[in-house]
Amino acid sequence: MATAEAAHHEEHHHPSGIMRWITTTNHKDIGTLYLSFSLMMFMVGGAMALVIRAELFQPGLQIVDPHFFNQMTTMHALVMIFGAIMPGFVGFANWMIPMMIGAPDMALPRLNNWSFWILPFAFTMLLGSLFAPGGGPASGWTLYAPLSIQGGMSVDMTILAVHMMGISSVLGAINIVVTVFNMRAPGMTLMKMPLFVWTWLITAYLLIAVMPVLAGAVTMLLTDRHFGTAFFDPAGGGDPVMFQHIFWFFGHPEVYVMILPAFGIISEIIPTFARKPLFGYASMVLAVAGIAFLSFIVWAHHMFTVGMPLIGELFFMYATMLIAVPTGVKVFNWVATMWRGSMTFETPMLFAISVVVLFTIGGLSGLMLAITPADFQYHDTYFVVAHFHYVLFSGAAMAMMGGAYYWLPKWTGHMYDEKLGKLHFWLTAIFFNITFFPQHFLGLAGMPRRIPDYALQFTEFNVMSSIGAFGLGFSQLLLVYVVVKCVRGGEKASAEVWDNPKGLEWTVPSPAPYHTFETPPQVR
Amino acid sequence: MSSSHGGYYLPDPSGWPIIGSIGIFTLALGFMLFLNDVSTGPILMLVGAGVVIFMMFGWFGTVIRESEGGLYNDHVGLSFRMGMMWFIFSEVMFFAAFFGALFYTRQLAVPWLAETDLLWPGFEGGWPTAGPKGPMPIQADTPTADPAQFSTIGPWGIPLLNTAILLFSSVTVTIAHHAIKANQRGTLIFWLAFTVVLGFIFLYFQAYEYAHAYGELGLTLGTGVYGATFFMLTGFHGAHVTIGVIILTVVLLRCMKGHFSPENHFAFEAGAWYWHFVDTVWVGLFIFVYVL
Amino acid sequence: MLMSRSKLSAAIIGLAVPWLPVVPAMADYGLNLPPPVSPIGDEILSLHNLIMLICLIIFVVVFSFMFYSIYAHRKSKGHKAAQFSHSTRLEIVWSVIPFVILVGMAIPSTATLIRMEDTSQADVTVKITGYQWKWRYEYLDHGIAFNSNLSTPRDQIENRSAKGDNYLLEVDRPLVLPTDTKVRFLITANDVIHSWWVPELAVKKDGIPGFINEIWTLIKKPGIYRGQCTELCGKDHGFMPVVVDARSPEDFQAWLAANKQEAAADASAAMAEWSMDDLMAKGKEIYGACAACHGAQGEGVPNVFPPIAGSAVATGPVAQHLEVVMNGRDGTAMQAFKGQLSDTEIAAVVTYQRNSFGNSAGDAVQPADVKALR
Ligand code: HEA
Ligand code: HEA
Ligand code: HEC
Ligand code: CUA
Ligand SMILES: [Cu+2]
Repeated sequence: MATAEAAHHEEHHHPSGIMRWITTTNHKDIGTLYLSFSLMMFMVGGAMALVIRAELFQPGLQIVDPHFFNQMTTMHALVMIFGAIMPGFVGFANWMIPMMIGAPDMALPRLNNWSFWILPFAFTMLLGSLFAPGGGPASGWTLYAPLSIQGGMSVDMTILAVHMMGISSVLGAINIVVTVFNMRAPGMTLMKMPLFVWTWLITAYLLIAVMPVLAGAVTMLLTDRHFGTAFFDPAGGGDPVMFQHIFWFFGHPEVYVMILPAFGIISEIIPTFARKPLFGYASMVLAVAGIAFLSFIVWAHHMFTVGMPLIGELFFMYATMLIAVPTGVKVFNWVATMWRGSMTFETPMLFAISVVVLFTIGGLSGLMLAITPADFQYHDTYFVVAHFHYVLFSGAAMAMMGGAYYWLPKWTGHMYDEKLGKLHFWLTAIFFNITFFPQHFLGLAGMPRRIPDYALQFTEFNVMSSIGAFGLGFSQLLLVYVVVKCVRGGEKASAEVWDNPKGLEWTVPSPAPYHTFETPPQVR
Repeated sequence: MSSSHGGYYLPDPSGWPIIGSIGIFTLALGFMLFLNDVSTGPILMLVGAGVVIFMMFGWFGTVIRESEGGLYNDHVGLSFRMGMMWFIFSEVMFFAAFFGALFYTRQLAVPWLAETDLLWPGFEGGWPTAGPKGPMPIQADTPTADPAQFSTIGPWGIPLLNTAILLFSSVTVTIAHHAIKANQRGTLIFWLAFTVVLGFIFLYFQAYEYAHAYGELGLTLGTGVYGATFFMLTGFHGAHVTIGVIILTVVLLRCMKGHFSPENHFAFEAGAWYWHFVDTVWVGLFIFVYVL
Repeated sequence: MLMSRSKLSAAIIGLAVPWLPVVPAMADYGLNLPPPVSPIGDEILSLHNLIMLICLIIFVVVFSFMFYSIYAHRKSKGHKAAQFSHSTRLEIVWSVIPFVILVGMAIPSTATLIRMEDTSQADVTVKITGYQWKWRYEYLDHGIAFNSNLSTPRDQIENRSAKGDNYLLEVDRPLVLPTDTKVRFLITANDVIHSWWVPELAVKKDGIPGFINEIWTLIKKPGIYRGQCTELCGKDHGFMPVVVDARSPEDFQAWLAANKQEAAADASAAMAEWSMDDLMAKGKEIYGACAACHGAQGEGVPNVFPPIAGSAVATGPVAQHLEVVMNGRDGTAMQAFKGQLSDTEIAAVVTYQRNSFGNSAGDAVQPADVKALR
C-alpha cells in the first residue's frame, strides 16, 4: 500500500526540556500537547460538575451558595466545551490527519504551535475570572444578555478568553483545511481519505464559519457593557433575544463541531474490530456534509419559548427534525458495518459500540426536543440536561476515550493495560447511565435546570444522579492511570497493533517516528 | 532547518508563537483592567501591543528571510494562499454577525417594539431610531445641539466619495498586480503607492465624518441601535482598512527593497486579497448602512 | 386512555433500560409529564407519548439488529467476516423511512402549535412581569396588581428546620384564575429574562425585558398548580416559584370584588400620616423583597450587592435614597421599585433601611413624600 518511512533523523539544535514543547512545530508534539491539555481540563471541568452534583445531592443549600453554584454551572460547561472536548479533537486531528493522508506534517507548522499555545493563556484568563471581585461569570455558558450585562469584571474576562479561544480555533481549523487540501500523498484522492479526515475537514469549515460569529456576539456584549451601545437594550431599540439568535447561530453548529470528529473516530474503530470495510463510505461522507449544512439553519430550536412568530417556530422545527435523516444514515451504516463481521471486543470497540447506542438515546431525545409544542414542556429542564450529556459525554467524550485506546499503542509504542481499559469502560458506561438517565425523569417531572436547590419530589432521582456522578468522576482517575502507565511502558506494540486495520497510520512503526512520510507514500 | 524529501519546507521550532500568545494575553488583560478602571490597564495594553508588534516583525521577518532564501516551493506557497483565503472568509463571518444585528434590529426588533404599546406608548419605530428611550432622529446631516435629537450621515456626500475612493483603489491595486506579474517594478511601485494613498484618504474622510457625527450631529456609539450598528460596522471596517493599509505599506516597502518576483509574491497577493475584501465589505456598508 | 398510555410508555422505558432496576421504589414520583389540566396540556401529553413511543420503537428495532450481530457475528464464535461495503438500495430505504416517520410526527405537532399560538378571544387578561426574583401580576381589566414572592422560610432552605410539603413551590400571594375561561397572559420582564412555567397548564413562555409575549390557557379543574421560573435569572433563579390558584368562575368573581375593596383601602391609607413605628413595622415586612440581594441583616454580598448597613446612600440625604429605590440603577441588578411598590410601601421600606442594621438616620419618610416624586 505505502512505503513505510522509518528513517530517524538526527535532531540537530532542537531545544530540549520544556522549551522543546513550547517551541515545537511537530504535529505529533502539538497533538500530545492538545491531548494533555484536554485531559487536564476534563478533570477541572469534571471537578466542577462534582461540586454541582454534591450540592444537588439533597434538597436545601448545603455546600455552596446559589451565586457560586451558578458560577460552577457556567464554568463547568465552558471548560468542558472549549477546554476538554474541542482541544481534545484537535489533538486527534494533529496526531492522525498527517499520518492518515501521508503528509510529512501539518501545512503550517508554526501557526499550529500558536493555535495550541493561545489556549493555556485563554484558560488562565477564564479560570482566573473565578477570582475576580464578585466571583466568576454566573450567567450560564450561553451568556445571555441582559443577565451577563449585570455581571462584574469576570464577564469581561470570559469575553476576552472567548476571543482568544476563537482565534485559536479558527487558526487551527484553517490549518486543517489547508493540510487536507494541500498535503495529501499522491493517489490519496478526497474520496479515499479515512472518514476521520473527512469529518474533521467539515468540522474545520464549521469552525471557520461560526467562531467569528461568536466573537461578534460577545463583542457586542462587551460594548453594551462598557461603551454604551444598545444592541441588547430595548430602551435603545435593541433586543435581548438578538443575542440568543447570534449566539445560537454559533452554538448549534458548535455542537456538531463536538460530535462530527467523534463520528469520524467511531467510523475508524468499528471496521477494524468488525474486520470488515466501513459500510456505505460515500453516504457517510454525504451524511456528514448534510448534517453540517443543516446545522446552519436550525439554531432557533434553542429558543422556542422566546416568543418567535409561528412561521419561525415551524421552520426551525422542520429543519431540526430533518437532521435525524443523515444522522440515522450514519447509525444504520455503523450497524451494517458490524453486520456479518467477525467481531472482537477490545476496549476501543466497547467504547465505539456504547457511543453508538448512547448517542442514539441522546439523538432521539434531541428529536423530541425539536418538536416545538413538546419543547415548551422540556425546555430548560433536566430533560435537556440529560439530552446533551448523552450526546456530549457518551457521544463526544466517550468517542475520544475510545479513540485514545485505539491509537495509544501507535502513539506510545506500548500496549495499554487491556484489563484496566475494560474496567474503565464498564465503570464509565454504567455510572454514566446512573448519572444521567434519571435526569430525563427529573425534567419531565418539572425540575428546571440551573437551580441549586429543588422541591422535595425530585429528591430520589437527584440522589441517584449524584451518586452516579461521583462514581463516574472517580472512574476517570483510572483513565489517567492507564494512559500514564501506557506512556511509561508496557508490552511492545507492533506496527499494525490490531488485526489488519486499514489506513496509512498502521504502515509506520509503533511508536510512530517523530517524522513520518517525509517521502510521500504512494497510495493506490 | 528540516525539509521533507517531498520538498515541502518544514520550519524549525520557533519561539514566535509563544511570544505572540504572551502578547495577546497581556493586551487582553490590560484591556480588561482598563474597562474596569484599574490604572495599570493602559500600561499593560501598551506592553501587550508592543509584544504583539515585536512578534509580527520577528515572525514575518523569519518568513520573509526563508522565502527570499528560496526555501519555499510552490507547494508551500499554495498553503499560504489557502490559509489566507480561509482567514478572509472567517473575517467575512465576523462582519456577518454585525450585519445580522443590523438586519435583525431594523426588520424585527424595532417594529416589534413599536407594536408594544403597553410598555412603550407613543414609540413609532422607523429607521433611523435610537429606540423608545433614545434621542429622536431628525433630517439627515442637519447639525443638532439638542441632546434629545440626533441626525444621521447622508449617503451622497462623503460616503459616496469614499465608495468611489475604495472602488478606485481596488482598480489601482489590480494594476499593480499586473505590473508585478509583468516584472515592471516602477509601475508596480507607483500604483501600489497610489493605492496606499487612497487608503489613507479614505481613513481621513472617515475620521472627519466621525468627528462631525460626534461633534455636530449628536450621533454617537450610545445613540441607540442606530448608533450602535452604525459605529460598530463602520468602525470595524475602518479598523480593517487600517490593517489593510499597513499590510500594503509593508508590501510597498518590500517592493522597493526589491523583494518578490513575477512568479512568487504571496505577500503582495495576500495584501491585495485583503484589500478587495475590505472594499467589498464597504460596498455592503454603503448600501445597507448609508443608502437604505 | 391517556393515563394508561403514559403508564405504558413509562413502563417501556423501564424495560428498555436494563440498569433501571437499581432505582429505589418508584412509588409516587412521576416518570412522565404531570397530568395536564388544560386542553393544550392534553394535546402535548399525547404528542409527547406518541413521539416517545416512536423513538422507543426505533431504538429497539435498530439495536435488536446490532445486538443480534454482536451476539452472532463474533470472532470467538468463529464467524468469518463478509466483505460487502455498500448497498445503494438499502441506503435509500433507510433514508426514506425515517423521513416518512418524521413527516408523520410533524403533522400533529404543527396542528398543536398553531392552536397554542392562537391567543384571540380571551376573557381575562393577566400581565405577568418577571423581576429578580419575584413575579408581578396585573389584571389589566380590573385594576388589581400584586407581587408574588417565595414564602418558604430561610430556615428550611438552610436546613435549620424541616422542609414543608411545598418546599420552594409556595408563594405569599398566588395568581388567582378562573376555571373554564380562556385566560390570556401578557408576559414580560423588567430586568433580565425570566420564564413563566406551570407544567400542568403546559404554559411556558419567556418574559423578555422590553417586549411582550402572549400565551393562553384554559384551566379545566379548580386546584393549586405549581411551577417555577425556568430561565436562569441570577442568584435566586431557583427561588422564584409560580403558583396558580384556579377557582370556579363564581369564586373568582368574589375574589376580584374583595381585592378591589382592599386596593381602595390601601389608597386611602396612603393619604394618612404614618407613625415611625408603623412605618418600621411595615418596612420590615417589605424589606423581604430587598433581602434577596441586600441580605437579611443588610449585609449584602461582597462585590456583588452592596450592603445597606452603613451605606452612604441609606444614611445620607433622603432624596438620594428615594431616587435609588424608585428608579433603580441602570445596568445593574438594582431595579426601579416605583412600578412594583405602592407609595406607602416605598416610604416604609426606605424608613426601615435608614433606621435598621445600625443605620440611624432617624427620619421617617411619609407616603406623601414618595407620591410627590412620581
Ligand atoms: C454533541 C452535541 C449535540 C448533538 C450531536 C445534538 C444533537 C441534536 N440536538 Fe441537541 N443540544 C446540545 C448538544 C447536542 N445536540 C446541547 C449542548 C444543548 C443544550 C444547550 C444549552 O441550552 O445549554 C442541546 C439542546 C437541544 C435543543 C434545545 C432544547 C431546549 O433548550 O429546549 C434541541 C431542540 O430541538 C436539540 C435538538 C437536537 C437534535 C434534533 C439533534 C440531532 O442531531 C440528533 C439526531 C440523531 C438522532 C435522531 C438519532 C439517530 C437517528 C436514527 C436512529 C434514525 C431514525 C430516527 C428517527 C426517524 C426519529 N438539542
Ligand atoms: C462537553 C461536555 C460536558 C461533559 C463531559 C460534562 C460532564 C458532566 N456534567 Fe455537564 N454540562 C455541560 C457539558 C458537559 N458536562 C454543559 C454544556 C452544561 C450546561 C451548562 C449551563 O447550563 O450553562 C452542563 C451542565 C451540567 C449540569 C446541570 C447544571 C445546572 O443546570 O445547574 C449537571 C448536573 O448534574 C452536569 C453534570 C455533569 C457531570 C456529573 C459530568 C461528568 O461526566 C463529569 C465526570 C467527572 C469527572 C471527569 C471528574 C474527574 C475528576 C476527579 C475525580 C478529580 C476529583 C478531584 C477533586 C474533586 C478535587 N452538567
Ligand atoms: C436583584 C437584586 C436587588 C434587589 C431585589 C434590591 N436591590 Fe438594591 N441594589 C442592588 C444592586 C446590584 C445595587 C448596587 C447598584 C450599583 O452598583 O450602583 C443596589 C443598590 C441599592 C442602594 C444603594 C446602596 C449604595 O450604597 O449604593 C439602595 C439604597 C438599595 N439598593 C435599596 C434597595 C431596596 C429598598 C430594595 C427593596 C425594595 C432593594 N434595594 C432591592 C440590587 C438589588
Ligand atoms: Cu426568574 Cu429564573
Ligand atoms: Cu442545537
